[in-house]
Amino acid sequence: MANTTVSKPVGSPPAQRPKRKRTSIQGQQGLAGWLFIAPVVVILGLFLVIPVLMAAWVSLSDWTGRGSPLSGDVNFIGGSNYSAILGGEGLAARDFGTSIRNNFYYVLLVVPLQTALALFLAVMVNKQVLKGRGIFRTAFYFPSVTSSVAITVLWLFLFSATGVVNKVLSFFAVEGPNWFQDPRGVIHIVLSVFGVSQAPEALQSPGFLGISGWEWLAGPSVAMSAFVLMAIFTTSGTFMLLFIAALQNISGEVQEAAMVDGASGWQRFWQVTLPMLRPTLFTVLTLGLIGTWQVFDQIYTGTQGGPGKTTLTPAYLSFNSAFNNQRWGEGAAIAFILFGIIVVLTLLQRWALREKDIPKRRRMVPVGANPQSMAAQASAEKHARRTGTDNGNREGNSR
Amino acid sequence: MSTATAPAPETEAPKPPSNRRRKVTRGAWISYGVLIALALIYIFPFLVQVATSFKSEPEAAENPLGLVPQHWTFAAYDQLFANSDFPIWGMNSFIVTVFVTLGRVFFNSLAGYALARINFRGRALVFALLVAVMAVPGVVLLIPKFLVINQLGMYDSYTGMILPLLADAAGVFIMKNFFESIPASVEEQARIDGAGTFRTFWSVVLPMARPAVMTIVILSFQGSWNELNHFIISTQDPALTTLTKGVAQLASGQLSQGTQYPLKLAAAALMTIPVAIVFFIFQKRIMNASAGAVKE
Repeated sequence: MANTTVSKPVGSPPAQRPKRKRTSIQGQQGLAGWLFIAPVVVILGLFLVIPVLMAAWVSLSDWTGRGSPLSGDVNFIGGSNYSAILGGEGLAARDFGTSIRNNFYYVLLVVPLQTALALFLAVMVNKQVLKGRGIFRTAFYFPSVTSSVAITVLWLFLFSATGVVNKVLSFFAVEGPNWFQDPRGVIHIVLSVFGVSQAPEALQSPGFLGISGWEWLAGPSVAMSAFVLMAIFTTSGTFMLLFIAALQNISGEVQEAAMVDGASGWQRFWQVTLPMLRPTLFTVLTLGLIGTWQVFDQIYTGTQGGPGKTTLTPAYLSFNSAFNNQRWGEGAAIAFILFGIIVVLTLLQRWALREKDIPKRRRMVPVGANPQSMAAQASAEKHARRTGTDNGNREGNSR
Repeated sequence: MSTATAPAPETEAPKPPSNRRRKVTRGAWISYGVLIALALIYIFPFLVQVATSFKSEPEAAENPLGLVPQHWTFAAYDQLFANSDFPIWGMNSFIVTVFVTLGRVFFNSLAGYALARINFRGRALVFALLVAVMAVPGVVLLIPKFLVINQLGMYDSYTGMILPLLADAAGVFIMKNFFESIPASVEEQARIDGAGTFRTFWSVVLPMARPAVMTIVILSFQGSWNELNHFIISTQDPALTTLTKGVAQLASGQLSQGTQYPLKLAAAALMTIPVAIVFFIFQKRIMNASAGAVKE
């Protein structure tokens, strides 16, 4: 067919040797291959690659949302959108600092708690002696399939001033807060119990990202805490499934051997089960970290950043700056900074939890979950390895 | 089984097996207790949701815990169906979900087959592109996607709502992995019989891939039914509002005054029904798909 003459740069002499007939079949295959994959490539290119490039341009421009960002009257303004967010004392910088503070506490609480709860549920549900484990598994997983909007609506009711949670708390003579209206930081509340309700002198001046040390120390607001609980409620089921799958791969023999050696249940868990779950733990932590930095749906549905901007997250701030305040350059810049944060933290975590003894391809990788750098990684590594050997074989054969 | 509790005095069983069984049953009871308590915590909110949707507004505030309304009322549902755009939202969600699911099944399996079976130049490059694309967090793409949709003149149209959602690198990987597990000899037979690549794919390989196709169907259904942020940035027209967007606006009070919890909870409960049905029918497959590995 058309491309019989194209040759590979590497190992081209052997590649050109095959007879004419074979290359024509290869050409046919090449055409079919590209036809098959074209729709996906075009859609991904059009709605993922080009958008990123366009947004990169917008983040460096003064576009205000009118007309096309590619038209002539939009100017290149360098990094000023970025410096408006990252440096300085302006509103944009303070909002960004606040959103990072809020999301930081959210991640700090949600990731460990959801991982621990998911692992606990998995171990409980996986106990061989229990009957009806499927029912429990279903119960724990069900919140994960419902939409974040529906769950948020439910949460707004559960945590309303006269809602279910406060009703239950009243049985214990505790007067619950008006959760989603309460901007007080949890750490501030604890400090005020000890009589510290004003910022000490040293923490008053604006610090990192334009907000003061005292504000950094506020902790998650009461409203944000309700979102933290919601995240744990909705994601623990998904991660439980990952842990269950991993637990089922651990053979009973290992456990029995430990039992024979006289290890107690507690010891077996910490010294046998947990080390063997390490790859899954790694995956869960990574997915958790990626997911928790992207809080958006809940905020859009529930609080729009309030009360007192204490549920503002970078993702929502990016959306809000662009779509509601027409500050498109800043919005796009926040999105890129957020992307950077996620990439850096993921790499950092990979490095911190790196391991040498377990082959990477044996890691459990989720299919259903959204960001799948892990899955991709595993497949990529495997693919790279396989094509490598394929090439080797081909060369060997042609010699 | 978990703790090394001393055997109770009345069990004077010298034989280790029976002693052990006794400990196991006690541990099992504790485990059951913990599991049941936890399961109630997980399920109770949904029961409250359904119950509250049949309550009047004062009753919802007064007695949020009651699972049986004292005065049954269908006011919330009447309001939703008679006096709101709820039916339109449902219709839009349905349209988008159907097209996205069909489109994803077709395009993902085509691409997955090409990556798994067809040797073509540039395959490694396409593969690398897919991997890179999967690493980009979705929320970061809100503004970028809007820019392109707007530039292409697809804003406020079904095309703009559906087409971008067809990009599903994860689904391509699921199909690719499945196709790789099918023995190549099956296709060789078809090819010897003179079938072209597409024919081989369509009438020989794809029917064998039913489990993987079902996985894509389920994941796409859930994904597009629950999708929110793409519809926020691709539409403005009330006639194109989907359930997620409509209910989110309802919840944030953009469309109404007062708390209206029964109404909001009724809307949330209704939008959960389709995914709940799919979940309960296919729960085994769903849980395996979510937990399953992108295997070797």
